[in-house]
Amino acid sequence: MSARMSKGRTIAAHAVLLTYTLIALFPVFVIVINSFKSRKAIFADPLALPMPGTFDAVGYATVMKQGDFFLYFQNSLIVTCASLFCVLLFGAMAAFALSEYRFRGNTLMGLYLALGIMIPIRLGTVAILEMMVASGLVNTLTALILVYSAQGLPLAIFILSEFMKTVSDDLKNAGRIDGLSEYRIFFSLVLPLVRPAMATVAVFTMIPIWNDLWFPLILAPAESTKTVTLGAQVFIGQFVTNWNAVLAALSLAIVPVLVLYLIFSRQLIRGITAGAVK
Amino acid sequence: MAARRQVRWHIAVFLAPAVAIYTALMIIPLFGTLVQSLMNSDGQGGHMFVGLRNFSTLFGDALWSKQFWNALGNNAWFFVVHMLVQNPIGVALAAILSTPKLRMAAFYRTAIFIPTILSFVIVGFVWKLILSPIWGIAPGMLDMVGLKSLFTPWLGKEAYALTTLALISVWQFVGIPMMLIYAALLSIPDEVIEAAEMDGITGMSQFWKIKLPLILPSIGIISILTFVGNFNAFDLIYVAQGALAGPDFSTDILGTFLYRTFFGFQLQLGDPYMGSAIAGAMFGIILVGVCIYLFGIQTRLRRYQF
Repeated sequence: MSARMSKGRTIAAHAVLLTYTLIALFPVFVIVINSFKSRKAIFADPLALPMPGTFDAVGYATVMKQGDFFLYFQNSLIVTCASLFCVLLFGAMAAFALSEYRFRGNTLMGLYLALGIMIPIRLGTVAILEMMVASGLVNTLTALILVYSAQGLPLAIFILSEFMKTVSDDLKNAGRIDGLSEYRIFFSLVLPLVRPAMATVAVFTMIPIWNDLWFPLILAPAESTKTVTLGAQVFIGQFVTNWNAVLAALSLAIVPVLVLYLIFSRQLIRGITAGAVK
Repeated sequence: MAARRQVRWHIAVFLAPAVAIYTALMIIPLFGTLVQSLMNSDGQGGHMFVGLRNFSTLFGDALWSKQFWNALGNNAWFFVVHMLVQNPIGVALAAILSTPKLRMAAFYRTAIFIPTILSFVIVGFVWKLILSPIWGIAPGMLDMVGLKSLFTPWLGKEAYALTTLALISVWQFVGIPMMLIYAALLSIPDEVIEAAEMDGITGMSQFWKIKLPLILPSIGIISILTFVGNFNAFDLIYVAQGALAGPDFSTDILGTFLYRTFFGFQLQLGDPYMGSAIAGAMFGIILVGVCIYLFGIQTRLRRYQF
């Protein structure tokens, strides 16, 4: 196949991908380079790289003095990872039950769980807040983890059961004949086979949680439980005319999630390709 | 005795944790919202049951219904732009990326997904900066290629603002269809591709005749995710244009309409009962769309076990 691939097509493929990559990265590039420039240089030539004459890290100094970004980052990380774990484990278990077994109420249960994809959990915010106040979970990371787990589960179950339907029945039945329990079949046969889907679900679940502004603002706005997104938003609100500080805060909000994504994306790629190797 | 089937406890064990969390934190609060849409204030700090009167206000009252249809129409256009631009680009990028032995594929895939991981706070701010006529990266760049006359403040003009925001949203989320389709393309067995090559089907015709039918279920999932995501959208409009969805409500979609009604904005007082009614209407719209997909489209898709 590759031998027959003409050189022209390879070049065309690279041209298309490179163009799109530039479009995708350009705005991030703009934020990061300007965060290192002096105020005058930002306005004079927004596309120039920071030079010795125009370099200025005053924005970062302001951010570091004002906000506790390391704590915010830690909070975001705890919330995201814990929710992700719950969504992946419980979601895969439920998806397996729905796609593997025929039992009374199967379709109904599937529809019940799929309801959550259609309705944003935000519509129930007031009731959730009342519930959290009653149980004393306001301003704790646990409240956020619970809400995000509930938010991520429906989609995870939907996607994973689609993928689990493609796992061969013969394989599972062979496992049963060899005397594996249903739990072993799930954990050691099916789960490794749907790894690409798991990686996909992980990325999809992670992003809205990391970037959410709504629930941190309502359920956990205290200084000690602020997430990075909320911290950056509050900061932008306070320093709206201080462009150096705002651009620096935005860069700092980008960098951690970028690093996290780069780590995850290696796993993601490994997961996808591992699943594709026959 | 033998006729009685054993209780299969493992099914309950597999389902229990997910169902418990989901019911407690999603279904019960949402049900509370729907109940609230049938209530209204009794003027003494309490509430009373009013049946469907909130909905008749929403659709019957000229002031409310005008806003509602405006938001729904804008939302539909928002969705159309995503279906016509985001998903074809996503599929095309995934198809190119899955070319065997393509160099730097990992780099492209990682880079193209980066906008998706950014928060709306960042996306809204940076595009406002780029498109701003004052700071002006966009006018400067158009000037460089001699097209400065094409520039207008896109986010500030009623005719362009909604489409511009939809395209910004496409820019942000194109990575999602790309990743899903890419995973689906990679899971096509080599045997199938090799068999196609033996029959002389390669290149473009291989994509249209072999791969596309195999990834149709994934494209179906993406379409419905786009639909649900777009009709729940709120954040990007909110961070870029504020809750008033300016200019003159031309970028108002159901999410911002709901927010304004529910929580109030500037001079408008929040009305949880009308807000719940709008939430109920959104629920109905999304339910109809999802049912059309589940019963009209998904049941007709063929799935292949490998």
